[in-house]
Amino acid sequence: MQRRLKIGVLYSRVRVEEKWIFNALEKRGIDFDRLDDRAVHFDLENAEPWKQYDAVIERSISYTSGLYALRILNGFDVLTINSAAVAEACGDKLTTSTLLTKAGLPQPRNVVAFTPESALEALEELGYPAVVKPVVGSWGRLLAKVNDRDAAEAIFEHKATLGSTQHQVFYIQEYIDKPGRDIRAIVIGDHVLTAMYRKSEHWITNTARGGEGELCPITTEIESICLNAAKAMGGGVLAIDLIEHSERGYLINEVNHTMEFHTMQPLSGVDIAGELVDYAVGLTKERIS
Amino acid sequence: MSTISCPECAAEITLEAGTEAGEIIVCPDCGVDLEVTSLEPAAVQLAPMEQEDWGE
Repeated sequence: MQRRLKIGVLYSRVRVEEKWIFNALEKRGIDFDRLDDRAVHFDLENAEPWKQYDAVIERSISYTSGLYALRILNGFDVLTINSAAVAEACGDKLTTSTLLTKAGLPQPRNVVAFTPESALEALEELGYPAVVKPVVGSWGRLLAKVNDRDAAEAIFEHKATLGSTQHQVFYIQEYIDKPGRDIRAIVIGDHVLTAMYRKSEHWITNTARGGEGELCPITTEIESICLNAAKAMGGGVLAIDLIEHSERGYLINEVNHTMEFHTMQPLSGVDIAGELVDYAVGLTKERIS
Repeated sequence: MSTISCPECAAEITLEAGTEAGEIIVCPDCGVDLEVTSLEPAAVQLAPMEQEDWGE
């Protein structure tokens, strides 16, 4: 008789995406546990409590908790969606950029420095306006569009004085004058599931910041760049954010490994949560056989 | 349907059918984020503040 699969879902908050994932698991009759990342603990000498899971779907809101949980689980040889390596590749924007560079994929130009003085020098070489980004962060938080030297000096001083050590990594990106929108595409495995434009009058177009969604047709060009971006990160369940450049075409802005899809799922009519669960189950079965 | 009291403004809030433990709801009176900590009995507490590494 075939063994019944057991899946864990590691989460912080039950957002609508987690509700949809729970529903998809229930609908498929899959045995699963809800694992609140604020309540779980790990004993590195005892993998047994975690070995009961054929796979763990990671949906932590905290990048740090999620990443370390994945590292431990992968260390226990528990399959996770996504893997710790993929979470690291996506969660740290500078790591994402270096992997995109390595893969020869188009992205905005980035410069990096470790002191306010060298950051200013790098930014002056890059030219204004530019965007100063934290290497870890999401939802458009703490992004700064820097239009001149005065603003750059102030922001670098603030980061150096007020920020954690992570803010001493000055990650600066050329500002792309995009057409009031960017593109978000969902990739699961080797399929681009759906894509949407995120429109906003503001230069930050995240829907978390009030950007509106509109369906974007998946052209062969979009498909190809998204699949390549996903592959460069190590593959899995990913959201690829693209910017349209008037001359250079599509540029990969970032890749998210625990993406939200509360706007995309109803807009596209694609059951993203169901596809995610099917992908996890597929990987699990592949592993067992 | 369960009713709870907002810990911030004491408004009476009725939990919708299908509410899950761990879900965040917004108090319709004062707008504060509340986390549903249990369903039976229904209980909420102020949701944790957004942290710097939160996101997707």
